[in-house]
Order: sequence, then structure tokens, then C-alpha cells
Amino acid sequence: MKQVFKRPESMTDKPFHFCPGCHHGIVHRLVAEALDHFDVREKTVGVASVGCSVFLYDYFAVDVIEAPHGRASAVAAGTKRVLNDHVVFTYQGDGDLAAIGTAEVIHAANRGDNITVIFVNNSIYGMTGGQMAPTTLLGQKSTTSPYGRDCRRDGYPIKMTEMLAALEGPSLVSRVAVNTPSNVKKARKVIRQAFQMQIEGKGFSFVEVLSTCPTNWGMTPQAANDRIAEEMIPYFPLGTLKQKDVIDVL
Amino acid sequence: MSTPKKVFTKGNEAIAMAAINAGCHYYFGYPITPQNEIPEYMAMHLPAVGGEFLQAESEIASINMLLGAAATGVRAMTSSSGPGISLMQEGFSYFAGNELPAVVVNMSRQGPGLGGINATQGDYFQSVKGGGHGDYKLIVLAPHTGQELYDLTIKAFELAEKYRILTLVLGDAILGQIKEPIVPWIPEKTSGDADRDWLITGAKGREPRRITSLFLADGAMEKHNWHLQEKYDRIERDDVMVEEVDTEDAELVVVAFGSVARIVKSSIAQVREKGMKVGLVRPITLFPFPRKTLLELGGRAKNFLVAEMNTGQMVEDVKLSLPDGCSVEFYGRPGGSVPTPEDLFDVISETYKKL
Ligand SMILES: Cc1ncc(C[n+]2csc(CCOP(=O)(O)OP(=O)(O)O)c2C)c(N)n1
Ligand code: SF4
Ligand SMILES: [Mg+2]
Repeated sequence: MKQVFKRPESMTDKPFHFCPGCHHGIVHRLVAEALDHFDVREKTVGVASVGCSVFLYDYFAVDVIEAPHGRASAVAAGTKRVLNDHVVFTYQGDGDLAAIGTAEVIHAANRGDNITVIFVNNSIYGMTGGQMAPTTLLGQKSTTSPYGRDCRRDGYPIKMTEMLAALEGPSLVSRVAVNTPSNVKKARKVIRQAFQMQIEGKGFSFVEVLSTCPTNWGMTPQAANDRIAEEMIPYFPLGTLKQKDVIDVL
Repeated sequence: MSTPKKVFTKGNEAIAMAAINAGCHYYFGYPITPQNEIPEYMAMHLPAVGGEFLQAESEIASINMLLGAAATGVRAMTSSSGPGISLMQEGFSYFAGNELPAVVVNMSRQGPGLGGINATQGDYFQSVKGGGHGDYKLIVLAPHTGQELYDLTIKAFELAEKYRILTLVLGDAILGQIKEPIVPWIPEKTSGDADRDWLITGAKGREPRRITSLFLADGAMEKHNWHLQEKYDRIERDDVMVEEVDTEDAELVVVAFGSVARIVKSSIAQVREKGMKVGLVRPITLFPFPRKTLLELGGRAKNFLVAEMNTGQMVEDVKLSLPDGCSVEFYGRPGGSVPTPEDLFDVISETYKKL
């Protein structure tokens, strides 16, 4: 009998600790599939961030460095300078990348560091129990915006993809979602492209994945999934904003 | 063998030169006075040895880039001064938790705040008592001449690898800027052992590895902390470095490190000419602190004078190290002023006369 579906080689067999309906697991799998696709598991270094995805090393069968909160892009930049024939990726949440680690990711992108950044935007601080993130939508309630995010006090949800696409350094900047089978397919393709950019030496590639946090949104998995289409995508539109074909050389 | 060639160089350049000769091919840093010659030298000379210089967007980024490079086992470093070193403290703590080896240079400048760009020893506490969170230590080396900046930079890489620890070379604006002749040399070993079982190199033909400082399992955190403590104990047992000058017959022992120790050496020569029996203990490792040397010395010389360019930091460690019954005087000058050999001559002779 032909096996048509199996666990990617780049994943371990450890069951995910994520809450039911959380998209982190899907995103993990798509990243692992991309590593398998290019057959680079043995020369890949993952850089974990601090957030619900901190246990990256439990699920990926690759070498992993755990970065301090927000610093994954800088850690990856350092690793890639040494292991420049390896594949180096970071996996960061929205608190990690778009608040405390904003400077690090912008400069890694601007330098065109040849790494891949997977940015999981669930519009909340998942791990610490549902506080407001820089990506929290206007009016969205969180434990630190109990009356809803107010732009006069908290500003507007930050659009990292749009910001990074404005820079010269990145080779690929894209936003995807994994809320429907067809979106998962598109996300799979874009994540694969992002790693391809790195493997071809084209420089910094960035994929923002809109993601659920049913637990801290106070929603059922189904309702959380629906919220992606109803509230997240309208504010954070999907699509590739930047894609380079050739490498810029001095 | 031909006579070793002397070069006339600034302290900061001596450090950079030593680092490259020790096989350090990766440097990450952010500009700050008074240590800019280090990144500038690295930017100029690393490409020629196939290394990489990267100017970071902040010291927070520098220390984390260093972390990413150190995890692969190469020799790598960063350098900074006061405000930049403060920004790195979170990273220092992660280096400790992750047990990663690397070298950081602090050419310290006066604080607090933006402070001033001249010499100080106000960062002693920050260097040896922590600064970042958690229960950890760095190895802290305190050179006092250009040659020693060179030698101890090489030593710093060796110690960092020996213990999987961050080693800090603590200098100051005087040491970084002063130009003097040094004899460069190349150590036998210019890289770590390639087969260390924790290196992040890609999981080719082996189990995947992880660098982590997160310990949530029952008892795991305590176990890790005891493991770190056992390592710090070994460092204290095996790798203390200290210089003693004229202590055999000394009735008064001055304790000083770095630039101040150098100035004290001139002052001691002067007071000795006047027949006063004064010696010097110069801790070269600030952690591990030469506690044993002081304990033993305190058994015969009962009078100590600690001189520092701060308002009293190392003096606490001296007091803790000495046996009961010793008297400890302190002479301190805060950031903003450097004592001259004459100042110290006066202080030493006055203290001596009161014995
Ligand atoms: C310097 C520092 N500040 C705060 C924290 C606490 N902290 C841990 S995870 C986290 C937020 C994680 O949110 P996000 O990056 O969005 O990841 P998610 O859990 O939502 O996937 C915070 C604030 C920390 N570990 N370090
Ligand atoms: S708290 Fe949210 S982000 Fe974290 S695992 Fe649960 S659902 Fe996912
Ligand atoms: Mg989040």
C-alpha cells in the first residue's frame, strides 16, 4: 500500500502541547514540510523565540537555539554569519517580533541577512495569558485592554509585513493564513518559497502567518478560526508584498 | 628564534590584535567611546583572515548575534563601554544559563547614566556581582598594561572555552587609549575543540541538539543551578590569577586592580625608597577573586589599603576575604577623577605612618 500522508522527517513524534484549535501546530508542520522539501533538515538551525512556540526544539528534528525574548532575528544573524551554508530560520510570535524585538527584525531585514523569519501573528500574547499585543485589533479585549484596544491610548495594530516590504533588504515578504484548506495550501507554497530564497542566497525572507489563539481570545476553535476571516484578514490583508528575483550586488 | 618584534599600539588595538591572533574571526558591536578602535580594527582586519565584522543596531543585538555565533563553537567577541554593557546584561544572563563561551570587553567609562568618557572602575559590581538576572558568574579579567590587555584577551578565549562561560575583559578609558609597546604572539591553540558535544552545527548524522536556558521540569532548574555553581567553584579553585609585589615583608598591603594598580606600583616604588614596607596585591581575575591569597596574607600583614576609582566596591570583597583582626582602609575616587602616583604616594605614606 502506498503511504500518501506522513509526518515530515523534520518533525519529531512528540505530541504538540498547543491548545485545541491553535494554529501554531499547523505552522510548525508547514515549516517542517518546507525543510523536507529541500532536504535540508541536517543542515538547518532553528531559532526559537519566547512565546507559546518556545518548545520548538521538542517538535523539530533540527538543531535549535532558544533566543531571549525578541532577539531571535539577531541570534539567527549571528549564527548565519558562521554557518553560511546552513539554513537558519526564526519562529517568532507577535509580541516577540513586533514589540520587544522590533529593532532586531527590522535591521536583520534591512541588512538582507540571509535567514527566514516565520512570524506568527495571533493578535495576542499567548504564553503570558492573553495580554494586549502590538497586533491586537482595535476594540479587541485582552487582559490588559479589558475595555478593548483604544487607538488613542494604544495606537493601531502594527502591520509588520507592510513595514518590512518597504525595505530594500528582504527578498520575500508575505502574509498568509491557515484558516482554510486553500489558505493552508497557499501558505505552504509561500513558506517553501521563503526557504528557497534563503537557499538560493537571495537574502532575508519573511512570512507572517495569521494565527488563532482560541484560549486567550475566549473562543471555541471554530469561532477562532472564523475570526481570522472575519476580523484579521480585513485588517491584515493576505498576499506577497515583495519578491526579488535577482540578488542586488554592490 | 628571532627576537619577538615589538609594536607600539593603543590598548584597544592590542585587544583586537590579540583576538584575531587567538582565532577570533567574528566580531559584533555597536560604536561607543572609549573603545571604538576595537570595532574599527576588526572591521579593517577581519576580512583578511576570512572572518566577519558586523555592526549591530544596538548592544542588545550585538550580544545576541554573539550568542548565535557562540552556539556554533567559533571564537567570537563583542566590546563596548558602560551604557552598552548595561544593555547587554540580559544577554550575559542567557550566556550563563545556556553555558556558551564568548569574550566581551568592557572599556569602562564613567557613570551613572551617560556619564563621561574617561576612566573609572565603577563597573566592578556590575562585572562580578551579576548585573543580569539569576544566580550566575562571569569570569572577569582585569589587565593593567598594554601587554596584559593582549595576553589576557587570549587567555579570555581559552577560559571561555574551558568552562563554557562568558569571559569579560574589564579595562577602562586609560588602558584602552594609552599607547605603549607590546610584543604580540600567537597561541598554540586558536580554536575550540571541534568535537564538543553541544555545538550547533546542524543535526547531520546525529541527534538534534538544543541550546536552552529554560528548565521547567520538576527539579530541573535547581539541578542546572547546582551544576553552574559547581562550575564556578572549579573556576575559583583552579583559575585565580593574582600578582603580588613586595608583600613578603610588607606591613601595609595595598589592594588595587587595573589602571589603579599600575599607578600604585609607581607609588610603592616611591614609598619603598623612603623605607616604608609596603606591598601590593593586584587581583588579575576579579572573578574568581583571590580570596585565598588575601586570607593567607592577612595572617601576617594586618594592615590593608584598598584603592579604587570608585566609591568603594572591590573593598567589600577584600574585607570578606581577610581573616578577623585585619584593618582595611579605603581610598576611592569616583568616576571623573584619576589619582596621580603622588596622590597615592601621600595616601599610602599617611596610612603607613598611622600604623
Ligand atoms: C524580557 C522579557 N520580557 C517579558 C517576558 C515575558 N513573555 C514571555 S512570552 C511573552 C509574549 C509572547 O507573546 P507572542 O510573542 O505573541 O507569542 P505567543 O505566545 O502569542 O505565540 C512575554 C511578554 C520575557 N520572557 N522576557
Ligand atoms: S495560548 Fe494561544 S497561542 Fe498559546 S498554545 Fe494556546 S491557543 Fe496557541
Ligand atoms: Mg502572539
